[in-house]
This record gives sequence, C-alpha cells and structure tokens, in this order.
Amino acid sequence: MDVAFIIETIAKIVVILLIFSALAGLGTYFERKVLAFMQRRLGPMHVGPFGLLQVAADGIKLFTKEDIIPQNVVKPIFKIAPVITAATAFMAAAAIPFWPQFTVMGYTVHPIVADINVGILYVLGVMAIGLYGPLLGGMASANKWSLISAARSAAIFISYEVITGLSLLAPLMMVGSLSLVDINNYQVGGITHWIVWSQPVAFVLFWIAAFAETGRTPFHLVANDHEIIDGFGTEYSGMRWGLFFIGEYANMFFISFVIAIVFLGGFGDGTFAGAFQLILKVAFFFFFFLWTRAAWPDVRPDQLMWLCWKVLMPIAVLNVVVTGIVMMF
Amino acid sequence: MHHEEVFTDRNVSEHSAYYYVDIETYPTTGWDKFKQALKRAVRGELFVGLWVVMREMIKFDIHTVQYPKEKLPIGPRYRAVHKLLRLWESGYERCIGCGLCEKICISDCIRMDTRIDENSRKEVTEYSINLGRCIFCGYCAEVCPELAIVHGGRYENGSEQRAHFVIKDDMLTPLDLLKAGEQSEYPGFGAIIPGSDASVKKTPLAY
Repeated sequence: MDVAFIIETIAKIVVILLIFSALAGLGTYFERKVLAFMQRRLGPMHVGPFGLLQVAADGIKLFTKEDIIPQNVVKPIFKIAPVITAATAFMAAAAIPFWPQFTVMGYTVHPIVADINVGILYVLGVMAIGLYGPLLGGMASANKWSLISAARSAAIFISYEVITGLSLLAPLMMVGSLSLVDINNYQVGGITHWIVWSQPVAFVLFWIAAFAETGRTPFHLVANDHEIIDGFGTEYSGMRWGLFFIGEYANMFFISFVIAIVFLGGFGDGTFAGAFQLILKVAFFFFFFLWTRAAWPDVRPDQLMWLCWKVLMPIAVLNVVVTGIVMMF
Repeated sequence: MHHEEVFTDRNVSEHSAYYYVDIETYPTTGWDKFKQALKRAVRGELFVGLWVVMREMIKFDIHTVQYPKEKLPIGPRYRAVHKLLRLWESGYERCIGCGLCEKICISDCIRMDTRIDENSRKEVTEYSINLGRCIFCGYCAEVCPELAIVHGGRYENGSEQRAHFVIKDDMLTPLDLLKAGEQSEYPGFGAIIPGSDASVKKTPLAY
C-alpha cells in the first residue's frame, strides 16, 4: 500500500466529513425555512442575510453550552451513545460514490472512500448500527421518556430493517452485485434503464423504510415531541445532543444518496451533467423528508409495526418472488 | 377567503358556512378493517396533504409580523402607558391641578403636587404615576375634566427601572412635537377598532 493511496484516502475522508458536517448544519436551516414557508411563516430571519448565519449561531451555542451529565445515568454509555449515532452515520458514507470519477491535473480521483464489493450491504449494516445511539442513550438516561424512546427505537429497528433488506433484494438480484458503483453502472444507459421502472414496488418500499431508518416524520416515534419530549435526547445537552442531530441529518443525506444511486440511476454515465443530476435527485429526496414533515401526521408505534410486518413485508417478499420468477424465464 | 354571513339566519344549515363533519362508524370485523385500510391506502389522501403545503409554499402568503420592526395596529380603546397632553394653541399644560385623578385612582398610584404661581394660575409641580402599581383601569382618563391625562398606545414596558415610566416629563407631550402637530387626541372610550366590521363573525351555535 503506497503512501499516495493513504494520503488520498485521508484527504477524501476529511473532505467528506467537512462537507457533510456543514451540510447537516445547512440541512437544519433548509428544514426550518421550508417548514416555515409551508406554514406561512418566515423562519429564521435575524442572524445574517435571510437568517443564513443561524447555523453558525446554533453551532456556537451547542459548542459552548455546558455538558451536563445527570446524576443517575450510566455514565460511560450515556457519553458514548451520541458518538455512535454520528460516527456510524459518517462511516456509512465510506462506501457511497458521491460523484463520478474525475481527473484533476492528470490524477484520477474516485470520490468514494472505499469501493468495496459489498458496498450497499456495508452501508445498510453500518446505518443500522446507528440505531444503537438512541437505544443505548435512551436506556442509560435514567429518564422515563428516554426509556420509552429506547424501547420504541428497538421495536422500529427490527420492523423496518426487514423491509429495507427485502426491498433491496430484488434490485440486487437484477444487478448481481452489491457494489454501489456496479449498481450505478447497471443503469448507465439513461433514464429508461433506471431500476425504478423495473422495480417500482421495491423503490416505494425502500423509500418508506428510509423514513423509518432516519426517524423522519411519519415514523418520528423515537423522539416525538408531543408524546415523549425529545425521547432519547431529553437528558442530553450541548454538543452531545448536537452529535445526535448531526448524525440524523447526515443520515438523511446518505440515505438520499443511496435511494438516488440504487433506483434513480445515480450519476449515470459519469459526465458532469450526470453528476449534477445526482445532486438534484439527492436534493429532491432531502426536500421530500422536509415536505412530509410539514404535511403528514405521525403514526403510533403499533401502527408502524403493523405497517411493516403485515403490509410491507408480504409485499416485499412477493416482489422478490415475482422478480425471481421473471428473471428465471 | 372572505365569507359574507347572513346575520338574521343563525341556524346551522346547508346555506351556512358551518356543516357537520361526516364521521363513519368504526369497522368491527376483520374484513371491514381490511377494506378501510385499503381504501385509505389507495385514495391518495396523503398526496392531498402534500399538495396543500406545497401550494402554500408556492403562494408564499406569509403571515408573520416581524414584531420589533413592524407592529400590528392596536385598538383606540387600548389603555397603555399614560400621556399628559398640552393645549393646541398656547402649548400650556392642560392639567389644571384639580386632583380628581389622584382621588379616583383605585390603586393609589397617582401623586401630584401643585402651587399657585406668580400669575395666580395653579401650576402642577410634581406629577407621577407608579406604573408598577397601576392597573390601567382608565378611571383617571375618564374623570379628567380637561382631557389632560389620557392613555397612550405605548405598550412596551420593558425597562431597567420602573421609575423610567413615572416621570412627568416623559408623559408630557414635548413642545417640538406639539408644534409639529403630532400630539394625538384620545379618541375616547367608545371608539371603534379600525376594521372591526370585517372581523365580526357569526357564532356557529344555533340559538
């Protein structure tokens, strides 16, 4: 392993960390603005032009706030839980190709940290570990709301993870590879080759599961303000709470990338236009997360489990079986 | 959307804007529950919700009042921090020092001192209102025979010290503002709030 490869990998990691930490902050700004406009409000207006510097103000606030560790919490677990959420969110980004490869000054850059051959499996696996953040944080908090939240996150976790895996199985059967680059190259022929046309059911199922995975509004049961305060985040303060937040928003971006790459052609043939289209697709999916938050009510935990186990899982299994039969003949 | 109400017809009917919500009975059997779930799933109600919020975003009909920069008009009957007015022509203080406001004040927060000046006029030397105690009942303004003490529209009472509001010089109209014609008369206790006709709405109860 030569030095150039190590330096390049470290540079990529730093760039991805910086970009997506900043995007997570900007994501909160866009969320506030979009929600405000949809509710006939203005949103943040006072810090900077159009409230753009609100993100910086929030960052300063979170960094300088006192880091309170309540008395009866299980200290090591309480401290490590936010790190799990944020770290796994960024670890999942290692196998996502964010951009087609390009050449700068005669040097070809692959904007993917590790093009491993089990890419999508790795991404989903590491994202799934991210749920240990809410689970452990909620259980260690010595707070009843947090405990309810931890129980819910465990229940949701086993529900949606089945849907995620089964719905992705059908497209993966068609592609025959787990690498996200291979999945992207399978759809290189343009819009008619997108997997969403041959696997619309899997697309919708995975999209629904993505909402449960990131804990966004129709399935925002883990930290539902009007029921269990902030759930697992109730006892957290300062940057520890901020890490949960960054993890959640980074997860939203990464799952948007995964949906766009697996079902909507990704960056296509690797030209600049294709790369720009990928950004647009990701932006749409991110916007949809905010859109549903303004429009849809939350479901109860039992409704979510009913939906996952009794409705979505049979459909996903049927989809896999039908895909297999079609591929056989 | 402005809706014109017929005020003579106060019963809920198909002609009024109010109507009873049609609530279906809850399904009891498994088959009925399945049908309900299927109907709700394919009816696309979720997309109606998405469209409604998207429509509001596109219309961009923002209702926010950016408070310190812009303020909503308050009603003329509003009783906020007091003002002492001057006579329009001469610029003298209207207050004749009769002491009626001091007498009628039910929370005992007005205090005044007077003396006979060299022109044999009664002059008010001290006039203070303890706003920490004032309940803004409006009796002082109502009893004043000269329309000298009235209620102003200044409702922002944040200050470092309560004493900042009780000084006579702060309540009295400054002479330069009077000459500029910016002293406003109190429209009186029966004055109508601007635009109050439009905000009157029929009660939905049938009686």
